[in-house]
Amino acid sequence: MAHVITLPTAEPHQTFRLSMLLNDSRYRSCTIQVFVLMCLMLGIAWLVDNTIRNLALLGKDFSFSFLWSTAGYDINQRLIEYDTQMTHGRAAIVGLLNTVVLAVLSCAWATIIGVTAGVLRLSSNPIVARLMTVYVELFRNIPLLLWILVFGAIMSEAVPAPSAFRGDNATASMIFGAVAITNRGVFIPEPLFARNLGTLDLGIAQPSLNIVFLLMVVLACVFANRAVHNHADRVQSQTGIRPVTWWKSAIILTAPLLLLLWAFGFHLGYPELRGFNFQGGLQLRNALIAMWLGLSIYTGAFIAENVRAGILAISKGQTEAAHALGLGPAKTMRLVILPQALRVIVPPLISQYLNITKNTSLGLAVGYMDLRSTLGGITINQTGRELEGMLLIMLIYLSLSLIISGSMNVYNARHRAEGALI
Amino acid sequence: MIDGNPAFVRGELLPAREPPAGEKGLLKLCRENFFRDWLSALLTVASLIAVLLIVHSLSPWLFNAVWNARSLNECREILNGAEGACFAVIRDRWAQLLFGFYPPTQYWRPVLAFGLMLAALAPILFPSVPRRFLLFSTVFPGLGYWLIWGGSLWLPLTAYIGLAVGGIAMRLTARLGGGIAAGLAFISALTWWLVASGPVTTALAQLLPLALATVTSREMGGFLLSIVIGVTGISLSLPLGIVLALGRRSTMPLVMMLSVVFIEFIRGVPLITLLFTASLLLNSFLPPGTNFDLILRVIIMVTLFATAYMAEVIRGGLAALPQGQHEAAEALGLDYWKAQRLVIMPQALKISIPGIVNSFIGLFKDTTLVVFIGLLDPIALSNSIRATTDWQGIYWELFIFIGGLFFLLCFGMSRYSMHLERRLKTDHR
Amino acid sequence: MKKTTFLSVLGAVALLSSAAMAGTLEEVKARGQLNCGVSSGTAGFSAPDAKGVWQGFDVAFCRAVAAAVLGDPMKVEFVPTTGQTRFTALASGEIDLLSRATTWTFSRDTDLKLTFAGTNFYDGQAFMVKKALGVTSAKKLNGATVCIQSGTTTELNLAEYFRSNKMSYEPVPVDSSAEGERQYQAGACDVYTSDGSNLASVRASFKNPEDHLILPEIISKEPLGPVVRQGNEQWADIVHWTLNALLEAEELGVTKSNVDQLAAGSDNPETNRLLGKEDDLGKMLGLDAEWAKRAIAASGNYGEIFADNLGGNTPIRIERGLNALWTKGGLMYAQPFR
Repeated sequence: MAHVITLPTAEPHQTFRLSMLLNDSRYRSCTIQVFVLMCLMLGIAWLVDNTIRNLALLGKDFSFSFLWSTAGYDINQRLIEYDTQMTHGRAAIVGLLNTVVLAVLSCAWATIIGVTAGVLRLSSNPIVARLMTVYVELFRNIPLLLWILVFGAIMSEAVPAPSAFRGDNATASMIFGAVAITNRGVFIPEPLFARNLGTLDLGIAQPSLNIVFLLMVVLACVFANRAVHNHADRVQSQTGIRPVTWWKSAIILTAPLLLLLWAFGFHLGYPELRGFNFQGGLQLRNALIAMWLGLSIYTGAFIAENVRAGILAISKGQTEAAHALGLGPAKTMRLVILPQALRVIVPPLISQYLNITKNTSLGLAVGYMDLRSTLGGITINQTGRELEGMLLIMLIYLSLSLIISGSMNVYNARHRAEGALI
Repeated sequence: MIDGNPAFVRGELLPAREPPAGEKGLLKLCRENFFRDWLSALLTVASLIAVLLIVHSLSPWLFNAVWNARSLNECREILNGAEGACFAVIRDRWAQLLFGFYPPTQYWRPVLAFGLMLAALAPILFPSVPRRFLLFSTVFPGLGYWLIWGGSLWLPLTAYIGLAVGGIAMRLTARLGGGIAAGLAFISALTWWLVASGPVTTALAQLLPLALATVTSREMGGFLLSIVIGVTGISLSLPLGIVLALGRRSTMPLVMMLSVVFIEFIRGVPLITLLFTASLLLNSFLPPGTNFDLILRVIIMVTLFATAYMAEVIRGGLAALPQGQHEAAEALGLDYWKAQRLVIMPQALKISIPGIVNSFIGLFKDTTLVVFIGLLDPIALSNSIRATTDWQGIYWELFIFIGGLFFLLCFGMSRYSMHLERRLKTDHR
Repeated sequence: MKKTTFLSVLGAVALLSSAAMAGTLEEVKARGQLNCGVSSGTAGFSAPDAKGVWQGFDVAFCRAVAAAVLGDPMKVEFVPTTGQTRFTALASGEIDLLSRATTWTFSRDTDLKLTFAGTNFYDGQAFMVKKALGVTSAKKLNGATVCIQSGTTTELNLAEYFRSNKMSYEPVPVDSSAEGERQYQAGACDVYTSDGSNLASVRASFKNPEDHLILPEIISKEPLGPVVRQGNEQWADIVHWTLNALLEAEELGVTKSNVDQLAAGSDNPETNRLLGKEDDLGKMLGLDAEWAKRAIAASGNYGEIFADNLGGNTPIRIERGLNALWTKGGLMYAQPFR
């Protein structure tokens, strides 16, 4: 192999012998690679051949046409239009969107919980620090599946049923008349528009044009705000005096948005009890909440450990220097320690985000209709297309994982570069 | 210079005054620790309230617990309307939750295997244990297999003979070069296993039948199943992980690419899809008519899964080694494999042990996912127990038992891994 | 546990790959054990007891088949399957017989390449609600939240029923019957829908069963039966006729307690034929003459199995209803033994 030192030989024009393929380190790596390649090809050929023969034996073919046949089953949480008469492929997309929503929500909360718990674990207050240690150890050492089941059970057992909100002597009441926490989910007010511009037809989804406009305006505002800040930076680096920007930022970020909302006739739709259940408003179903809580609190415990390790990796001199500058403990943490610790924290954070995304596949345990429950569960079960379905699911999860690790790596590289400049 | 004491300077030392009320004893302790500033105070109060609430709401349920009943209805009768846990279900079914359907008369076997496993792990995990006990560690896999699955003792023994045959072949052909010798050793061992071991086992078993009653893997369940899957997966993944980690650092582009693709693929998909593959698809990848035990299929997939993570852990260990170690090994004239075996791996593995323990904890917890493919792990058994007419409707008690046991095992292991990390740190100073 | 496991795997692969090509009957006989797929836990149908012995209606049928084929009702390996893994387990040869309350449908019979060996339980999908809800008909369930086991035919029936009646509903998919029951009790759903028998057993386990109502509408036909792989007629026949033998035994009054006595000979030629005293019917199946006698002796005739696992002897107390013999107004009808 390459590590063996080769000395310049006395006779550079040595004739090639067959045994050199094995004995000469220049050729040996080629030999090995060719051998590995052959083994790999043979292995793949063997597997494919077996699969083809097995499928033939079962009288099945290999085709994805089932994705275009009628699904027939219902999905309760759907971000895009879906009913039972639509196709399995459509159902899979609905499931994929549910997976993504759950992953994004859980990542955000896990980060908040994890950073808070990690910081508090190092608190000088022994009660708080102990409590956080108990939290971290309790969640790290018990399987996630059990936690998800426990949160699912808590959400359906310990929370009042919608019927408890009914009648004159109701045992439960809505929070501020706007939010209802029931064991069928949490109902929150939904944003509504009096004037609608219609929808945008994107093929698989029909987002409301109002939302699209709003998003575009928000983006434009953010860019404008950044331009203002960049200008301020330039002025500061040239003159040493930073122009006051906060009121400009405030106006740029809020005024166009408020104006647009007013123009669209924005109002909130409150949930109210009608028939069996609350109607109107946005329903965050129990399954979503149980998965959300389970994933974010469980992963938060791991993130807390990463954060703690990251903070401990910063030398004590930094804290002391910050104290010497007159910063209080909270400011020291926020302005001095955390920004530096971030460089240590972010890489393991990426793998925790990946874990969350993969663990959303446990949704089946509480009936969350994610990709695994729709395409990988009911669809496979109904059509008997295990091979195609599992292949598709694996590919989708793989691409999700690659997207996350890819985008986080980009962020990481940037962060490193900025750090290196200082 | 001033001689003597001026009148305004006191001649004698005043006795120390009592510190202010807030600066001494318990009060000071409280103030400094719990009420240093408003945030700390808020957190203290909030934590105390949270703890009190939890204790208040759980204590009647726990204190009224019924431990002696034959069914949930009996529990309810005993409680007579009061709120209380029914831990009688644990008393009734604890053996099932631990061992699954393992024959009760044979419970000593998994227990003994578990004890022996701890003994076999001791020389690896604790450096104070004499090295010669490592011999037992190499013997344990066969012994443990025999204890748990039963059957003839000669089966694992002939398997070990195969290893010995391979070793001898390697010795004899060593002068042909490392790669060829390893290949020949592998082929001769494989020949022994496939051709000779069967008849030899039968013959030996007839001569001296050393056999335990066979227990099929179907009969295993509960924590026994979790431990078997976890331990087998992690121990099989260790050698594979080493190979893969070396492959990922290899200078041969094809080998490196293959290793990267394998590792990233396995790490990129959820374990549950791999388990479904084991349950639904693995048979279609093998020659038609092939069919073997679901638990073995699961162990294969779990091993692949653990291998990818193990490779990353070991790669971390390899990366932590200073480059000088590689160079020193080369300077001594060691070839690649010798350098790995004698210089690099012993050090890299030692650094990786905490990571290996952590990935074992993760894998052990993840074994609960087999509930989705119908294997009876503790969580699946809790479902089965709830499906009997006696215990229909019981819930929290089983979860508390299962969670508690998982916590004990995982917490113990994570403490060990932390202890190890601390020790390794001091070693490096 | 390391290499030896793989070694035995290799051995097993080599051994089984030759065996699987033969008929299922030979395979089972060679193995000396029947691999029977059951649910990992459905009250009354299959669940392990405290000693780890499987009990239930589906389990009893497996035992009867094992007794008929292998001569010992205990020579059964129960393979717990989930709604999702059951058909693959059967197709891959992991189990010889699936006895898991599986509905006989067109697409399963044709597209999934299964063979249903008869119906051992006629069921229908029903709804259970709390009496306090004040609903007496499924037609009034517009807007209700419905708990439903995912991966079953009930899911499709439910969607169709509400669509055809122009009602809306909110499905709450659950993983298992136990989970559905818990959600329903906690009020996380207004309605729990499942097979009527399952609902009855769930209701019976409640603290106050009279607070719950099973609505009169039966929205689907759910003929449940044992399933085998397609393409193995002999094995399908054995399973089918074992079921028939249990039914015939009930009709002829052959029970677990009197089967030995009747097997010695009786006045009824039909009984004699069933129990192998006249005409060697077993031989035509590839079994011996006393196969049916052993099947009946395993856990009794159909009526006894029903009573012991689902009927009056249990807290579940399901009425025979459609599952009564045809002579008593039910649908259970064995083809003649001749």
